Amino acid sequence: MTNTPILEIEDLHAKVGDTPILRGIDLTINAGEVHAIMGPNGSGKSTLANVLAGREDYTVTGGSVRYRGKDLLDLSPEERAREGVFLAFQYPVEIPGVSNSYFLRTALNAVREHRGEDPIDAMDFLKLLKEKMKFVEMDPKFQNRAVNEGFSGGEKKRNEILQMAILEPTLAILDETDSGLDIDALRIVAEGVNALRTEDHAVLCVTHYQRLLNYLVPDHVHVLVDGRIARSGDKGLALELEEKGYAEFDRAASA
Amino acid sequence: MANSATKVEELIDREYEHGFFTDIEADALPPGLNEDVIRVISAKKEEPEFMLEWRLKAFRHWQTMREPQWQNVHYPAIDYQDIVYYSAPKAKADAPKSLDEVDPELLATYDKLGIPLHERERLAGVAVDAVFDSVSVATTFKEKLADVGIIFCSFSEAVREHPELVQKYLGSVVPYNDNFFAALNSAVFSDGSFCFIPKGVRSPMELSTYFRINAANTGQFERTLIVAEEGAHVSYLEGCTAPMRDENQLHAAVVELVALDDAEIKYSTVQNWYPGDKNGKGGIYNFVTKRGTCHRNAKISWTQVETGSAITWKYPSVILRGDNSVGEFYSVALTNNRQQADTGTKMIHIGKNTKSTILSKGISAGHGQNAYRGLVKVMKGADNARNFTQCDSLLIGDQCGAHTFPYMEVRNPTAQVEHEATTAKISEDQLFYCMQRGLSAEDAVSLIVSGFCKEVFKELPMEFAVEATKLLGVSLEGSVG
Ligand SMILES: Nc1ncnc2c1ncn2[C@@H]1O[C@H](COP(=O)(O)OP(=O)(O)O)[C@@H](O)[C@H]1O
Ligand SMILES: [Mg+2]
Repeated sequence: MTNTPILEIEDLHAKVGDTPILRGIDLTINAGEVHAIMGPNGSGKSTLANVLAGREDYTVTGGSVRYRGKDLLDLSPEERAREGVFLAFQYPVEIPGVSNSYFLRTALNAVREHRGEDPIDAMDFLKLLKEKMKFVEMDPKFQNRAVNEGFSGGEKKRNEILQMAILEPTLAILDETDSGLDIDALRIVAEGVNALRTEDHAVLCVTHYQRLLNYLVPDHVHVLVDGRIARSGDKGLALELEEKGYAEFDRAASA
Repeated sequence: MANSATKVEELIDREYEHGFFTDIEADALPPGLNEDVIRVISAKKEEPEFMLEWRLKAFRHWQTMREPQWQNVHYPAIDYQDIVYYSAPKAKADAPKSLDEVDPELLATYDKLGIPLHERERLAGVAVDAVFDSVSVATTFKEKLADVGIIFCSFSEAVREHPELVQKYLGSVVPYNDNFFAALNSAVFSDGSFCFIPKGVRSPMELSTYFRINAANTGQFERTLIVAEEGAHVSYLEGCTAPMRDENQLHAAVVELVALDDAEIKYSTVQNWYPGDKNGKGGIYNFVTKRGTCHRNAKISWTQVETGSAITWKYPSVILRGDNSVGEFYSVALTNNRQQADTGTKMIHIGKNTKSTILSKGISAGHGQNAYRGLVKVMKGADNARNFTQCDSLLIGDQCGAHTFPYMEVRNPTAQVEHEATTAKISEDQLFYCMQRGLSAEDAVSLIVSGFCKEVFKELPMEFAVEATKLLGVSLEGSVG
């Protein structure tokens, strides 16, 4: 694999209200790579994901983020999305009355318009949707259901992967997409991610457990503790964490 | 998250797009109201004696009435002597006989509103009556409708050409003394639409009226009367716009529907009167009485999308007189900036096995105040009457308000009346979720709102549903940013 960076995070600091949460993150993700971020609850994993997606509740207080050479922090959330940054939400949101297929088409067309392409033809879209729903093993009836409304936890996560599969983002960020999933669903998430394992894409996968990484072999694993990356390694690090837990890092962080 | 509230507010700032004024010569009376003014209006319209008598009776009664105070809206006192009660586009001595004789300025106005009156340009299958200020300026497709016996014309024309029908049905649903605004309308109404669908006829096309207020200081008092004889079917659409003006303008209309045995009337409204500016200056005061009577097995369905007006006061109602008759009310009311709406319906169950459905969706943004007020009344003889009411409110930002006032009076033990109500807010999570998928904040709000309104929109005729969706988007622009 070449070393074309997709995402370059340097000394990133961010706070919520007056509380500093991210306290100097350095991370580079190259094209074709899958990175896993692990760490104890409350260490700042979701904060990092949300800061990258542009959520306004978080204030960046220092550092920089470059995305394909551009200043990411300069872009609005919708511009980031249109530029190919996708966040699979830890808690996907319900939108009553808006059908899943309409929502997806609107999202896809927003990206296409940004790229100067015509809106997708309705028939072509239905074909694409059918194919991707099959890929994520979702019943076609979910097309016409309102976005995430009344979906089970697992169905919501699957729906996030469906959106990712249709939008084919350059940078996919998955925030604990694996939590609460059964083995079948984990396999689908992993397949969704693996489909993006090409020269044009990169994946940042936030997870609390090592379980997902059995299906999805990351190129790099980082341990986030107290808003800093305490350690980086290969997939072996994930296994080690599984065995020992995060206790060692808690000591390191408070030292 | 202090900035989420302001963010939500900022999106609500789009300009009213129908706010232009047409410079056209008008034949208007000076402001003020007395019996002479009523006589002049009646004379100008060459009305038969019974009409003038009816107007005068209404006026005399109106003088004994007080403006209602119970509704949840606030506005400065209206000076009824400061209003112009008659204004008509000055035309040739005779009314235009065809569209070619209509003032081109007027046709251009309707074109600008997206309502081309030329038949060749019309969407296939919609007949239009256009009412400009107080006068009907054109009715399309008349001949084609006449072929099946349907009368669709301006109210003035109906009074002249079909006085027996007008005399029989006028005031039969909304009597001249019904309420303050209905009495005022009965005294001074200048025009409106009249539809008569004879026994067994299904209207081959949608009928529609577009109302436009143009002149300043002019009250608009139209009257619409739709009669569907036994087994007749009709779908009727009503659209409304007005120029932007700093003064408030009064609109007090009356709509009466008569559905005889087995008849069906579907009445859809997209009301987009000028709502006033951001600070509440200007805008239309919309005080409207709409009511229908259902005879045996008949059905009346009101669908309304109310996005305009500074104040909306309106309760389209159905009197379920005949056994097995059905009444429906589907409503979307949006208030933004300083708009106030107090709207809802009345379903009066008199016959046996009568059914009514009420679905109300209120959207409040900015400092908008939105109230649902509904009455379900089941009379003694209404065995097995059924009502289902659902009232949902959606709040955008935290300076607006939603209120629900359901009233129920049930005098028959076999009746079943159900009421459900919900209130939700557009959450920052929903907005961010949509934006993370590439939608702008404005498109995200429109999407969420249209999802909220979906069950009502699907009751609208196709073209209107599209228009209504766009209108909501426009009315909400600036509500988040
Ligand atoms: N919107 C918020 N308001 C207040 N505190 C927050 C908010 N988001 C996150 N935090 C706090 O920031 C810390 C990191 O949270 P988070 O990034 O969600 O951790 P993780 O995803 O690693 O479990 C936690 O202490 C959490 O309580
Ligand atoms: Mg988290």
